[in-house]
Amino acid sequence: MGEFLEALLDPQFPLLRYALTAGLLASVAFGIVGCYVVTRRISYIAAAVSHCVLGGIGAGLYLQTVAGLARDDPLYGAIPLYGAIAAALVAAVAIGLISLYARQREDTVISAIWTIGMAVGLLFLYKTPGYAEPMVYLFGDILYLTPHDLWLIAALDVLIVVLALGLYNKFLAICFDEEFARLRGVRAEWLYILLLCLTALCVVLMVRVVGIVMVIALLTLPAAMAGQLTRQLWQMMLVAVVACMVFVTAGLALSFILDLPTGPVIVSLAAVGYLLAALVNRLRGVRAA
Amino acid sequence: MADEPVIDVRDVSFAYGAAPVLEDVSFQVRPHELICIVGPNGGGKTTLVRLLLGLLRPGRGRICVLGQPPERARLRVGYMPQRVDHDPQFPVTAIDIVLMGRLGRGGLRKALGWYDRADRRAAWEALDMVDMTAAARQTYSTLSGGQRQRVLIARALCGGPELLLLDEPTANVDALGESRLLDILKRLSRRMSVLTVSHDLGLVSDLVERVICVNRRVVVHPTSRMTGQVFEDLYGAKQRVVEHGEQTPGGPGGG
Repeated sequence: MGEFLEALLDPQFPLLRYALTAGLLASVAFGIVGCYVVTRRISYIAAAVSHCVLGGIGAGLYLQTVAGLARDDPLYGAIPLYGAIAAALVAAVAIGLISLYARQREDTVISAIWTIGMAVGLLFLYKTPGYAEPMVYLFGDILYLTPHDLWLIAALDVLIVVLALGLYNKFLAICFDEEFARLRGVRAEWLYILLLCLTALCVVLMVRVVGIVMVIALLTLPAAMAGQLTRQLWQMMLVAVVACMVFVTAGLALSFILDLPTGPVIVSLAAVGYLLAALVNRLRGVRAA
Repeated sequence: MADEPVIDVRDVSFAYGAAPVLEDVSFQVRPHELICIVGPNGGGKTTLVRLLLGLLRPGRGRICVLGQPPERARLRVGYMPQRVDHDPQFPVTAIDIVLMGRLGRGGLRKALGWYDRADRRAAWEALDMVDMTAAARQTYSTLSGGQRQRVLIARALCGGPELLLLDEPTANVDALGESRLLDILKRLSRRMSVLTVSHDLGLVSDLVERVICVNRRVVVHPTSRMTGQVFEDLYGAKQRVVEHGEQTPGGPGGG
């Protein structure tokens, strides 16, 4: 543990600090939006959106390389992230509209968009001259975080938190009973698509740390864990934010000490946390009965 | 104006695709009337309620609710669905659910969905009307079936409706819960018009004066004329009719 703290405070080794800062910032948005995703039961849709992000990252990497950006250019590495934001938002709106209005089998169409997004991303990566690092985006790698990424993550974090908390009562109403909310004049369809867009932006926040494949676990597991222990949505959000911060910090420390990839360690800790919470909830139920 | 019908349905037909559900339906509901819709499963009861809420549009005919097209009258109508399809562990208290009935009424605060003191007072009053103030801070998932129905009625009442639409308020409720709900309906009908869907006319027959019998077509009967023959015609088969006595609230279902 001392070794991790030393590295964290070492001025010559900023990457660990970048990763921890990104993780802690993102935990706030993840804890809040994750609770909406879990209670609205749209984890599958959120997973589809997160995988479509690879399409935007692939296109961004391709454009960055074709444009000949040098590695020391401040925009180097940022263009794939902007591509990720664009792809995430397009996927969120498209999947949202399909799940609301499509007459086709919803799960089939969403699965198709999920895989098409990934296929487009992989094709761009294949055609990108030189070596494009798909594993960095699929499974995350903190070595690729930059100060520019942190500013972008902070800005997105503020946007997500303001919208998600500012519209708390309306989101609560559509998560609990969408039809009733609509009867009370709430634009439930717009809020649903906004919720998917917020989810999409959350995915982008953590794509460098845990990667596209596992980011959905970090969005849903802390929230599901908090749901086992709390009685109100705002309490669930608070516990989910703290839990997410703990998993990110502990995951970074463990992966550093044991020399393991960060993303899988964070997600494994979140899974253990969820199982423990489920066990506690079950024991409480048995005791009360 | 005072005698203007609260609900005015004229020659309404509705079909899901090619399958007709309602044909040439006409009826009126008067102010402060408590009226019950009965009929067999698939007969069009819930479709009729959804038409009255403006969630569906009739293929033919005209519907007026409180003198307006249904979709424009929604904020003046309180609605309680038969059940809410939500996450079984949804973390929300009874008072938070009731407050949802105050959403959507004017101003920037309401556009953002923020509640003020008047909203909270209205929510507590609505809970008081259904005798649920003691459970206001309890999580919805921990309440009994009857308590949940009462919370949903309070949510419908919280917006100060002029008309209350209740879809099977006694479904999934035990005998004691049924009896309490019927008392509440009786009290509410003194304040506003109440239209309730019920699978069990025997339970509500003491409360309502008229019954809307729905089975693709609609026939409105005074409660006193709901005989075994009427039920047989409505359900298309012989029915067991059980009268609920005063001393046995929530006894075996009739109809």
